[in-house]
Amino acid sequence: MSVGTTSLLRVHNEATRSPTPSPTPSESLQSSLDMNRPSVISARNLTKAYGDLTAVDNISFDVPAGESFGLLGPNGAGKSTTMKMIGGVSQRTSGSLTIMGLDPESHGPEVRAHLGVVPQQDNLDEELKVRENLIVYGRYFGLPLSYLKPKADELLEFAQLTDKANSKVDALSGGMKRRLTIARSLINEPRILLLDEPTTGLDPQARHILWDRLFRLKESGVTLILTTHYMDEAEQLCDRLIVVDKGRIMAEGSPATLIREHSSREVLELRFGSERNASIGVELQGIGERLETLPDRVLIYAHDGEAALEQVTARGLHPMTSLVRRSSLEDVFLRLTGRSLVD
Amino acid sequence: MTDKPLTTAVPPLRAHSPEVSAARARRWGSFFYAEQVLRVMRNYGWSVILYSVGQPVAYLFAMGVGLASLVDANSEAAFGGVSYLEFVAPALLVSAAVMTASGEFSYPIMDGFKWRRVFYGPHASPLIPQQIASGHIMASSLRFLLQSVVYFAVVAMFGASPSPWGWVSAVVATVAALSFGLPLMAYAASIKQDKGQFALVQRFIVMPLFLFSGTFFPLDSLPMAVRWIGWISPVWHGTELGRVFTYGMDQNPLLTITHVVFLLATATVGWVLVRRQFVKRMGS
Repeated sequence: MSVGTTSLLRVHNEATRSPTPSPTPSESLQSSLDMNRPSVISARNLTKAYGDLTAVDNISFDVPAGESFGLLGPNGAGKSTTMKMIGGVSQRTSGSLTIMGLDPESHGPEVRAHLGVVPQQDNLDEELKVRENLIVYGRYFGLPLSYLKPKADELLEFAQLTDKANSKVDALSGGMKRRLTIARSLINEPRILLLDEPTTGLDPQARHILWDRLFRLKESGVTLILTTHYMDEAEQLCDRLIVVDKGRIMAEGSPATLIREHSSREVLELRFGSERNASIGVELQGIGERLETLPDRVLIYAHDGEAALEQVTARGLHPMTSLVRRSSLEDVFLRLTGRSLVD
Repeated sequence: MTDKPLTTAVPPLRAHSPEVSAARARRWGSFFYAEQVLRVMRNYGWSVILYSVGQPVAYLFAMGVGLASLVDANSEAAFGGVSYLEFVAPALLVSAAVMTASGEFSYPIMDGFKWRRVFYGPHASPLIPQQIASGHIMASSLRFLLQSVVYFAVVAMFGASPSPWGWVSAVVATVAALSFGLPLMAYAASIKQDKGQFALVQRFIVMPLFLFSGTFFPLDSLPMAVRWIGWISPVWHGTELGRVFTYGMDQNPLLTITHVVFLLATATVGWVLVRRQFVKRMGS
C-alpha cells in the first residue's frame, strides 16, 4: 500500500468478485426455481397519484413465495406508498395488484390476514405492557387466548425480550421497540412479512440483531418484502430487489447482478478537498472505466482499484485520502440516477 | 392400572388459517378493538372508579345539602313541586356523562391518529377503519354506562330518584354522551394539527352547554335570547328526559319523543360522520 491514508474495504459478497457479466450457476438455478414458484404478490402497471404528484408511477413486479424482495430507493421514492397498497390500506390510482391472488382493495381483511406488517413508524400501544401488546394484536385476528399466551412468550423469546415481558413499552429502547414490532407482526404466523424501513434510526448493534432475526425468518420460508434506503441492508437481506426513484423502477435483479451490470468490480474513492474535487476530473481522465465527481469526493470505477490508485499517484496527484472498496448498490443507484441514496 | 407417560407431547402452536382470521375479523372486529380500548382503560381503572363515585357524592352533597337548603326554603314550586336535589340530580348525571364523553372523544382520537398513532396498528390487521371507530365507541359507551349507573346509585342513596323508573336515566345519560360525543369524535378525527381546538371546545361549547341547559334552573327562566343554547344541547334534552324518569316530571309526550329523537338522531349522524372520517383518514 503506497499511500498511508489508504484503507481497503472488502465487501464479503462472492458474486461481486466475478468480473464476468454472465449469471453464476447458483443464480441460474435460483431463477429457474423462481419461475416454478407461484407469485404471492403480483403488481401490474401499479400507479398511485396524490393530485399532481405521482408517488408510484406504473410499476410492475412479481414476488414468488419464500423470496426476500427489496425496494431500494431514497426517501420519497414511493416505496412506502407501494407497501401501503400491498397492505390494502391505500387505494391505487390505476393498475392491478394481487396478494395471494386477492385484490387488497376489495378483500382488505382477507389480504391483511395473510400479512405481518412492520410499519416505518412504531405504533405500539405504549399504555399496555410488552406481552400484552402481542396478545391484543393477536386478538385482531380472532386468535384465542389459549393460542396467544404461549405464542406471545415464544415470540418474546425470539425477539430477545423475555425479561421485558411485563415492562411498559415506553421503558424500551428504540431497538427493543423495533424488535417488539416485528414480534407483533408475527403473532398470526404470516407467510408474508412487510417491513418498511425496519432499521431506520437504530444503532449498528441493534441493526445487526434485527438482521439476524429477519434472516432466521427468511430461512424458515417467510416471504419478506422490505423497503430500505440502506444499501448494506438490501445486500444483506434481499434475494432480489428493485431500485426505485421518483416512483419508477430504475433496475431490477439480485444485489450481485445489479452491481455487476451497473458498476465495476471496485471503486477508488479520492478526496482532494472540496475546492479541488470538481477541477481535478480532467487530470484523472483515462484512469479506470468511469469517473464520477461528487462535491466531497471523486469516484473512479475500475476492475482493480489499487492499480487505479497507482496510476493516480504516477500522474503526480496526491489525494488527501484514498479508499479502495468493492462496488455497492450505492454505486448502482448513483449510476442509474446521478444521485446518492442518502442525501 | 395403566402407567402414566413420564412426558406429555406438547402439540406445536398453530394459528388458525388467514381465512378464519378474516372471517372472524369481519364479524367481530369492532369487539376485538373494543377489547383493546377496555384493556387500556383498565390501566387507569382506579381513577375512573374514584371519578365515578367521588364526583356525584361531591356535587350532590354541595347542591343537595348546601344550595338546596337555600333554594327549597324560598321556592319549591319553581322546580315543578320537587326538591332542588331531585331537580338537579338527573341534570348532574347527564352532565357528568357528557363531560366524560368530551374527554374520551377528543384527545384519545388525536392520539390514535397523530401522537402515538395507535389506530394504525390494528389498521394493518384484518380490521377496517369503521371497526376501529366502532370499537372505540363501544368501549367508551360501556364506560359512560358504568359511570352513569354508579352515579345513579349515589343519586338513589341521596333519595333524589323517587320513581321506580329512575335507573333509565343512566341509559339516557349514556345516549346523551354519545349525542354530544360522536360529532365531537368526527371533528377530532378530522384534525391534523393540534392548535388548542379541544381547549376551545371545553371552554366555549362544553361549559356553556353545562351552564345553560336547564341544569341548575329551568330553561324557561332564561331570556329567550339564550334559550336556544338549551334547545340544541344534548345536555338539556338528556336532562329533561332524565327528570321524566327519576321523578316523573310532567311533560307533553310529544316533547318527550322530541328529546328521544334529538338524542338518537345526533348520535346516529355523529356515528356516520365518524365512520366516514376514519375511512377518509386511514384509507387514502
